[in-house]
Parts: sequence; C-alpha cells; structure tokens
Amino acid sequence: MKVLVPVKRVLDFNVKVRVKSDQSGVDLANVKMSMNPFDEISVEEAVRMQEAGTATETIAVSIGPEKCAETIRTSLAMGIDRGIHVKTDAEVEPLAVAKILKAIVEEEKPELVLLGKQAIDDDSNQTGQMLAALLGWPQATFANSITKDGDSLTVGREVDGGIQTIKVSLPAVVTVDLRLNEPRYASLPNIMKAKRKPIDAKTPDDYGVDISPRLTTLKVAEPAGRTAGVKVADAAELVSKLKEEGVI
Amino acid sequence: MDFSLTEEQVMIRDMARQFSDSELAPYAQRWDAEKSMSRGVLEKAAGLGFAAIYTKAEHGGSEMGRLDAALIFEQLSRGCVSTAAFLSIHNMVTWMVDAFGDDELRARFVPKLAAMKMIGSYCLTEPGSGSDAASLKAKAVKDGNHYILNGTKAFISGAGFSDVYLIMAKTGEKSISAFLVEDGTPGLSFGAQEKKMGWNAQPTAQVILEDCRIPVANLIGAEGDGFKFAMAGLDGGRVNIGACSLGGAGAALDAAIQYTGERQQFGKAISAFQNTQFKLADMATELDAARLMIYRAGDMIDKSDPNKSSACAMAKRFATDAGSKIANDALQLHGGYGYLADYGIERIVRDLRVHQILEGTNEIMRVIIARSLLR
Ligand SMILES: Cc1cc2nc3c(=O)[nH]c(=O)nc-3n(C[C@H](O)[C@H](O)[C@H](O)COP(=O)(O)OP(=O)(O)OC[C@H]3O[C@@H](n4cnc5c(N)ncnc54)[C@H](O)[C@@H]3O)c2cc1C
Repeated sequence: MKVLVPVKRVLDFNVKVRVKSDQSGVDLANVKMSMNPFDEISVEEAVRMQEAGTATETIAVSIGPEKCAETIRTSLAMGIDRGIHVKTDAEVEPLAVAKILKAIVEEEKPELVLLGKQAIDDDSNQTGQMLAALLGWPQATFANSITKDGDSLTVGREVDGGIQTIKVSLPAVVTVDLRLNEPRYASLPNIMKAKRKPIDAKTPDDYGVDISPRLTTLKVAEPAGRTAGVKVADAAELVSKLKEEGVI
Repeated sequence: MDFSLTEEQVMIRDMARQFSDSELAPYAQRWDAEKSMSRGVLEKAAGLGFAAIYTKAEHGGSEMGRLDAALIFEQLSRGCVSTAAFLSIHNMVTWMVDAFGDDELRARFVPKLAAMKMIGSYCLTEPGSGSDAASLKAKAVKDGNHYILNGTKAFISGAGFSDVYLIMAKTGEKSISAFLVEDGTPGLSFGAQEKKMGWNAQPTAQVILEDCRIPVANLIGAEGDGFKFAMAGLDGGRVNIGACSLGGAGAALDAAIQYTGERQQFGKAISAFQNTQFKLADMATELDAARLMIYRAGDMIDKSDPNKSSACAMAKRFATDAGSKIANDALQLHGGYGYLADYGIERIVRDLRVHQILEGTNEIMRVIIARSLLR
C-alpha cells in the first residue's frame, strides 16, 4: 500500500502568537516554524506502517513557500521515503490544498492519504474531508487507531462519547488525532540520510489548480484578556455572587 | 564567512532540544535530589545517536563533526547539565576506542558503546596528578597475554555505574598507554561516592586497580600511545564542556526573562527596572559571545585549523566563566526564590561550577593560550 502524507509548516506550538498591529493576520516574521504536530503523528503512523510491512512506499507532500522543504526534510528524517514540494508564496485555503492533493493522488495513485485532523495555525479541520469528497473516497476522521485488514481499514475514531470503530474500504482518506501514537525523534544518522532522499519541486500550475482564495479575512484579533477575579470566603458567598452575576 | 547553520544542523539542534525538553528537563531536579542517573534515558539518547556522535558509522557511530556535537550538548544541557556532561565523557570513550583501537577491539566494544548498552568512563586523573596529567602513577605491567594494572584514579565520572573504564597507565618510564577494563574484572574496585556541590545526577568516585589482570587485546592502539590519544581528545572535550555551559546558562537566562516579567514589586514587574533590563542585556550578550567562540572552536577542529587548540582553550575558558556568571546573575534576579531548589536555578549554578575546573582548569586554559602567544 502506497501512503501519501501531507505535512504543513506552521507556527511552532511553543511560540507566543502575536497579532499584527494592522489586524491583518498573525505575525510570522522571525518566529520559529515547525511541522504541524498532528502531521508528525500521521508521519509516524506511515513510517510504522512501512516498518510493519503494510506500507510499501511513503511520500510526504507540502504546499507552501520555499521553507516548506525543511518540513518535508523533517518527515524524511523520520523515515518517509521521498517528498513533493508544491511551491507557492500565496495563501492556500483548505479547498485549494485539497484540490492540489487530489491532483497528486491521481498522479501517484496512493491507496491511503493520511493527514493530520487539523493544522494548529488555522484549526480549519477541513482538508481531509474536502479531499475525500473531491476524490469520492471513504473517509475516517480523528483516528485513534488504524489497522489494515485486506482491502479495508478498521479505524477507531475519537468522538465525544468515546471511541467509534468504523471500517472503510481502500483507497481511503484518514485524518489522525493526537493519541494515535507518539512520534519519534529523528536520529542523527537518519537526519543525514534524509539529505539524500529526493524532493520533487512543483507548482500549483503543474497540477492546473486555481488556488485563489475564496474567503476574505476581515480582521484578526487577540482573544479578550481575562479580567481580574474576586476571592470568596465560603460556599454561601460563592453562590450569592454567582446569583448576583446572573450565572445561576 | 557564514555564521548560519546548515539545514541539517538546524534539524539536529531542534531534535536535541525536543529530546532535552521532554526527556531530561522534567526529571533533572529529581535526579539531582536523589543523586541518581537513569540508564533508560541514556539508552534513549543513544538511540538517537548521542552516544557516538563523532564516531565512524561502521560500528554504529553518527559521524558528526565537533560543531554538530557542540549544538547537541548545548541543547541537552538546557534540560540537564549533569546528564549532558556525562554523555560528553561517554562520547570521549566511544570515540577513543573507535579512532585508535584495532578492528577487533572496535568490533568488540564500539557497537555496545554506541547503543549505550555499555557505558564508558574516562580515567586519567589521579589523587596526585590533576593538571599535571603526565605525572600519573598508575602502572600496567605485561605478563604473557595479560597486563596487570595497579593504581588509583580520582574523580572518575560514572565510577561504580559504568560498564567499562578507559584507563591511562604507565607502561614504562616515559610511556603511557590506554586500556579498557570491564566492570567485574577481579582487582577493579571503587572508592566511596564523592559528595559534591553539583553534577549530582552522575556518580563520581575513585577507581582502584589492584593487580587487575586484563587481556592484552584490551590495549587501545600501540603501547606508549595513550597520552597522545588523551591529547587528541582534549580540544573536543573542551568544546563539549563549554557547550554544556552554554545550555545551562541559556536555560537560566530564559527562566530569568520569564520570572522578571511575572514578579511584581513596587507596583510593577521587576523587568520594568532598568537595572533588570541592563542585567538581562549583558547576560544575553555574554552568552552570545560565548556561543560564537564555542561554535567557531568546534568548526576549527572540524577543519583541522592549525590554531584550533588555542581557540578551544579560549572558548572553554570564556564560555565556562560566562556560563557560571550568567547562571549566578539569573539566580540574583530571582531573589530569594532563586536560592530555592524548586526554581531550578541554583542547580544550574551548582552544576556549571565544575566546568571551570575540569577538562583542564581555566588556569591551564590560560597557560595554553599564553604559550601559543609567546612561542
Ligand atoms: C565532578 C568532577 C568530575 C571529574 N570527572 C573526571 C573524569 O571522569 N575523568 C578524569 O580523568 N578526571 C575527572 N575529573 C578531574 C578533573 O579533570 C581534575 O579535577 C582537574 O583536571 C584538575 O585537577 P586537580 O583537581 O588535581 O587540581 P590541581 O591540578 O591540583 O589544581 C589546583 C589549582 O592549581 C591550579 N594550577 C595547577 N597547575 C597550574 C599551573 N601550571 N599554572 C597555574 N595554575 C595551576 C589549578 O588551576 C587549580 O586552580 C573530575 C573532577 C570533578 C571535580
């Protein structure tokens, strides 16, 4: 089974996010960028599938500026076989990403596309679902466990009430949740090996995809700051305060 | 002149940082308090290639350079100075066996050392021989297919914990040789654990050799070459220990930046006082200068620059002095809280102090630098 793993370069999860003063977006100048943590999990899963013999080839794809090659390289150091970098400096929305991925799927013919359930920058949680719709493939989102049996996958999904287990036939799109696995660190020898693995450079035009945005961002603002609290002496005072505030 | 790291070096640094943040930092305080070292975490580190950083790939080495090693030790020591420094010593052993041992010795020891299934200690210092290392007294006498070792090694990191001891001993009036003595060899014993100011997450004790008989095959390289090997390891060891000071100091500086932003006195954050700001600015400046010197010294070893030894001595002296000062300043900025173990700063101060003493004292660094100036 050939596995395609899209990886996104995002603001590192440790970075304190700052909104640009003109409220046009988040300040990305001079901040540390890393692979989307959910994508680290899909990369890990793909590598484990390959180690277990269920995956025959693993390919990482990233869409975005020059530096996305570093994100692909990180996945190669974790064990992915090769990369495809679709270069663009433009803003790409989930639909545009899904369209490019669809074109890549048609070219590479993987049986499984393994994505993070969402990216921690925009938290859209749309790409996997859109891709499945465009391809007409079954989808299993928020995967907590994945096992292959024959021509289908059994996927445990994280839902509000617990774990829902579903069976999807291949080819399929699966998006992964945080508890699926614990991603490995790339070892020093594997970092050096990654240097020699190929990354194909492409552009959205190569796939004939129009990536122009369908959405307009009106304004990006920080969440309202927390206001100061008050200390209460006992439960009775707490209840009366809550009543005063109209909470209960 | 290009001061930027390569893409691989950035990945190496980031990976070491992640490992340090999640596998070392959360436990450093406990290891210090309990005076314990974890084999598990060392083996995990080895799994990433950290136990054989600048060792050839043939027997499992990572084949990195000395600048790469500096990047790694800096990041690891952010999480736990003592564990990072111990790994540096183990790397010295792995490298020395791999670089100078014959094929048979390398095949016997390097794979295990690289995986840290076997942990190595480096034994040069003796009770009567510290800075003047060549004056060591331990003796090895050949007896048929064996050497018989006698002597006492002092201040040995990992003594009683490690699986193999790399021993420098005299094989003649002017001849020093390097041997591997495995734990459990009759005649090998250890002194009581030393009670120390810092580096508590690793044991230190004497290594005692009494008619300790080892096979001739455990001689590293040729008889009489041991001191040459020791000298060959010095420059890199100094870069490593300097890098460990960078990491400890960097962590202390970051903690001070965070703390002074949160702590309120006189109605404002203490970072609003200009003294605090200037102190932080000086700490960051000193740290940057130290980092530049350490990275450059590592690069000079990688390029076999003729002036590397003097540059390594300068970098070690500067970075270990600066590291201790920065950590101490970070403690001061924390006020009384800095003196408490829970804040983690006093541990860094205690751990970094010894870097000014070992891998050659900072006075010996000045001797080396002055010698290169006046030759
Ligand atoms: C925690 C710890 C762990 C250690 N781990 C190891 C280890 O694993 N393996 C190992 O082999 N060793 C180890 N050492 C030993 C360390 O390398 C020595 O302590 C160091 O080399 C200094 O030797 P010394 O303590 O005998 O001091 P001395 O050499 O006696 O020095 C005492 C003082 O005199 C000064 N001095 C000496 N000579 C000169 C000179 N020519 N000019 C000016 N000043 C001079 C020194 O700078 C110092 O200030 C460790 C030490 C410590 C504290």
